[in-house]
Amino acid sequence: MMAGVLTDLTIAAAREGLRKREYSSRELTEAHLAAIEALNPRLNAFITITAERALAQADAADAAIARGEFAPLTGIPLAIKDLFCTEGIRTTAGSRILEPFVPPYESTVSANLLRDGAVFLGKANMDEFAMGSSNMTSAYGPVENPWKRRQDSEAALVPGGSSGGSASAVAARIAMGATGTDTGGSIRQPASFCGVAGIKPTYGRCSRWGIVAFASSLDQAGPFARTVEDCAILLGSMAGHDPKDSTSANVPVPDFAAACGRDVKGLRIGVPREYRLDGMPEDIERLWQQGIAWLRDAGAEVVDVSLPHTKYGLTTYYIVAPAECSSNLARYDGVRFGKREPGSDLRDLYERTRAAGFGAEVRRRVLIGTYVLSAGYYDAYYVRAQKVRALILRDFTETFAKVDALLAPTAPSAAFAQGDNMDDPIKMYLNDAFTIPSSMAGVPGMSVPAGLDANGLPLGLQVIGKPFDEETVFAVAAAIERASGITALPQVRAGA
Amino acid sequence: MSYALEGSTGTWEIVVGLEVHAQVISKAKLFSGAATDFGAPPNTQVSFVDAAFPGMLPVINRECVAQAVRTGLGLEAHIHLVSRFDRKNYFYADLPAGYQISQYQHPIVGEGRVEIELADGSTRQIGITRLHLEQDAGKSLHDQHPTKSYIDLNRSGVALMEIVSEPDIRSPEEAGAYLRKLRSIVRYLGTCDGNMDEGSMRADVNVSVRKHGEPYRTRCEVKNVNSIRFVMQAIEAEAKRQIEVWEGGGAVEQETRLFDPGRGMTRSMRSKEDAHDYRYFPDPDLLPLVLDEGWVAELKSKLPELPDAKKRRFMQDYGLPAYDAGVLVAEQATADFYEMVAKGRDAKIAANWVMGDLFASLNRQGRTIADSPVSAEALGKLLDLMADSTISGRIAKDVFETMVETGDDPAAIVEAKGLRQVTDTGAIDTVVDTVLAANADKVAEYKAGRDKLFGFFVGQVMKAMAGKGNPALVNEALKRKLA
Repeated sequence: MMAGVLTDLTIAAAREGLRKREYSSRELTEAHLAAIEALNPRLNAFITITAERALAQADAADAAIARGEFAPLTGIPLAIKDLFCTEGIRTTAGSRILEPFVPPYESTVSANLLRDGAVFLGKANMDEFAMGSSNMTSAYGPVENPWKRRQDSEAALVPGGSSGGSASAVAARIAMGATGTDTGGSIRQPASFCGVAGIKPTYGRCSRWGIVAFASSLDQAGPFARTVEDCAILLGSMAGHDPKDSTSANVPVPDFAAACGRDVKGLRIGVPREYRLDGMPEDIERLWQQGIAWLRDAGAEVVDVSLPHTKYGLTTYYIVAPAECSSNLARYDGVRFGKREPGSDLRDLYERTRAAGFGAEVRRRVLIGTYVLSAGYYDAYYVRAQKVRALILRDFTETFAKVDALLAPTAPSAAFAQGDNMDDPIKMYLNDAFTIPSSMAGVPGMSVPAGLDANGLPLGLQVIGKPFDEETVFAVAAAIERASGITALPQVRAGA
Repeated sequence: MSYALEGSTGTWEIVVGLEVHAQVISKAKLFSGAATDFGAPPNTQVSFVDAAFPGMLPVINRECVAQAVRTGLGLEAHIHLVSRFDRKNYFYADLPAGYQISQYQHPIVGEGRVEIELADGSTRQIGITRLHLEQDAGKSLHDQHPTKSYIDLNRSGVALMEIVSEPDIRSPEEAGAYLRKLRSIVRYLGTCDGNMDEGSMRADVNVSVRKHGEPYRTRCEVKNVNSIRFVMQAIEAEAKRQIEVWEGGGAVEQETRLFDPGRGMTRSMRSKEDAHDYRYFPDPDLLPLVLDEGWVAELKSKLPELPDAKKRRFMQDYGLPAYDAGVLVAEQATADFYEMVAKGRDAKIAANWVMGDLFASLNRQGRTIADSPVSAEALGKLLDLMADSTISGRIAKDVFETMVETGDDPAAIVEAKGLRQVTDTGAIDTVVDTVLAANADKVAEYKAGRDKLFGFFVGQVMKAMAGKGNPALVNEALKRKLA
C-alpha cells in the first residue's frame, strides 16, 4: 500500500484497516516514520523521534491483533507533546533546562494511550514550558506550519502554540493524532492555525499527573486529530479519573465517538457578542456567520448571548497563569535533575542555571508571576484576578442555563509568519483572547476546521460546552465539520 | 508572685508565644506515599513527589488529616470543616519544589486552649491561636565535606502540625509547663511522639518585654529551639537582651534569632536584606480540604481520656491530691500503670508506692515506666501482701528492692526469704517476755513515767524477730505486758 495513502487515513479508518488486516501497524508506523524523516527537518515538529521504540510498539500491536486483541488505539501512531513525561524517553518541555531530563515515569495520559495500544512516534515540539502562541519560544527551534499563503508560498508560517509541533505533525500527516495541552488556548489556537481539530476538555477530565506543569489551575491535556471523531476516540483513551491528581474529576468517561453522530437538531447554540476584536479579519466574521448558518440549517436554534466579563479574560489570565508558573518552575534549580550551571555558591548556582536554562518568554512570565504574588501587590493583582475569574465562570454558568453550547471564532487571525508579533508580547498574547475565557472557567472548548481565509489559510471555529459535556461539543463540532466539507490540504504533507 | 525581670529602669514583664512544630505520627508523608521512619539511611524514603520531579502532584494523606483533627480536639479547639493549602515560596537546596505546602490563611484547626499547672499548684489557661498542617523540608548537612553540602530528603514532605499559642505565656516556667502539657496531650492522642531530641517537636519562641500595663512591644522570634530547657533559657536570655536594648535607649527590631545554648544567648539569624517574601498563594494542585462533620464526630468519640480529664477523675475516684494526680497523669503509661496497681486496692497507698519507691528505682536505673522491672501486677501483689498482713510495710520495702533486682514474684520472695510476718500472739508474747526480762531497768524507768521508752521496746522486739513481727500485735502485747 502507498505510504501517501496510509498517512492520509483517519484514526477511525486505520482502526478498521488494521482490524481487517489490510495493513499492519508496522506498515502504518513505517509510513509515518518515513514521512517524519522526509518532512521533520523542515517542519521541526518533533524534538525527539523514537523510531525504534515505535516499531517495537507497532510489532507488539501486530502481535496483539494476530491474537485477536483490539484495544481502542491498537497500532495507531501518535505524536506526544514534549510536556508529557515519558518513561525512559527524554522530556524537555521545549526548554534548555530539561535538555538532559529522562523521566523515570510515564504520565497518566500517555500511559492511558499506551494501555490502549497506541504507538508513540516521538515527542512533539512546543513553546518552552507551553508558554507561547507561535512555537517560537521553543529552545529546539521554531515549528513550521505546513500550510502556505497562496500569494506568498515561500514564507514560513507559525503553527500556533504552544502545542505547535503536535498541530503541525497532524496537519502534515506525519502523525495520525497527537496529544497537546491547553492552558489558555494551546490546543485550540494551533488547531485553528493548522487546519486540524483539537479539543481542550473540561478541567479535571484528563489527569495532569506526569505533565510538566505550567499553570496548574488551567493546564489540561487534550488531543489533536484531523477529524472530530478521531479527537473523540483519542480523548476517550486519554480521559479518566486519576487518584494521583487531586484535581482530576471522578466522573465516568462517556462514549465520545458516539456523540459525534448526535443530531444537533433542537440544540440551543449561543453566539457571544463579546467575541469580536477590533481589526479582526473580515474572513473570520464571515466564517462565524457561516457556522451559525450551518448549525441553523442542521436544526439548531441560535441565540445571541452575552458574557460580559470576556474582556477581562486576557488580563486576568496574565496574572493567574504567570503567578502559578513562577511557583511551578521554582523546582528547576539544577540541584536534582535537568541542566546545571555550576556556581560559586547555592545562590550563584540557581542564578546561572536558571539564566542559562530559561528562555526570554519564560523569564518574563516568571518575573510577572513573582511580581503579582509579592507582598503589597498580592491583593491588587492575584486576589483581584481570582475574583474576576469567578465572574468569568459565572458568565458561563448563567449562559449555560440558557444554551447548550457556544459558537465563536477560535483565534482572531489565521497563522502569521515566523517572526511576526515577536516585538510586542501583548500582541502575541491577543492570539488567545477567544480561548482564554473558557480556560479560566474550566469548561471544554474545541476548534474545528471550518474554512479558509482569502490567503487559503485554515480558520477554525470554536465550540464551547458545559462542564463535562464534551459530548455536545463533539456533536456540534462534527455538524460543522460535515457542513464545511473542506477539501483543501496543506502544501507540506506526507505523500504530496 | 508573678515572674518579672529587674532592669535599671524598673521591673519588666515578659510576653511569650510559642509556635510548636510537631511531627505527625503517620506511616506515609503528608502528600506522598513515602515512608517516614526516623533514622533511615539518607535519601531512602523519597518519592518523586518529595523530590519535586516535573509533573509530580501532591495527594493529601487522610491519616495525617485525622491526626491534625484529633490534636485539635485534644486542644479543645474549633475544627474548621473547610481549610486550604497554600504555597510558601522560597529557594533552598533542601526544599525541592521551591515552595512548602502549608496552611497560611485557612488552617484546619482554629482557637483552642491548654491548661498548665505551675509549681505553686496554680493553673493557667494558655490560648491556642491555630493549628495547621504543613510539609517539612529536607535536611541540609553542611559538616560532611569541606566544600560541599549534602541534602537528605527523607524528611522532605513529612507532615508537621504547627501549633501556635497566643502570647499568653509570662515566664520561662510557664513556657516549660506549656510545652510539657502539649507534649503530654499529643502523646496521649498518639498524634506526635513529642521527642524533641529527635526533632519531632521543635519550638519557635516569640519573645517581647514590656513594663506592666503597657501594650505589646516589638517581638523577636527565636527559631528552632529543640529542648524544653533551652526554650526556657532562650526566653530569659532574649528577654534580658531586649531589656538592655530598651534601657540603653535603643529599640528592639523585629527579627529572627537563634539560641546558642553553649553561650546562653541569642544571635541574629538573617539581616533585613535577606528577609523573605514568601509569596503565599493557594496551591492550585490541591482542592480545599473539606471535612465531613460526622467523620470529625467519629474521631472525637474515639479520643482517649486526656490528661486533664484523667487528673480530675483520679482526684475524684481515688481521692488523690491534685499534685499526685498531676504527676501520675503526665505520661499515659504511668497513669495506666497506676490504675492497674490501684484497682481494688488502697488508691493512696498505691500512689505512694508508684510515685515513691517505683519512680526512685526507675530514676536510679535510668528506665521508663514502659520498661519497669516491676510490673503493675507484681507491685499490686506486693500491696496485697501488706494488706493481708503477710508482711509489714518495712519488710515490703526490702521485698520491693529484691523485685527490682530479680523481677521475682513478691510472694515467692517472701516465702524464699522467710519474710512472712509473725502473727502468732504466743510467739510474740514469748519474745516480748524475753525482751522485757533482759531490760528490767528500762521497764522500771518506763513504769516510772518515761513513756517514750515504749518505742525502744518495740524496736527491740522487732529486732529480735528480724522485723517480721506484726507491728500491731507487738504493740498490743507490749502494752498488755507493761500495763
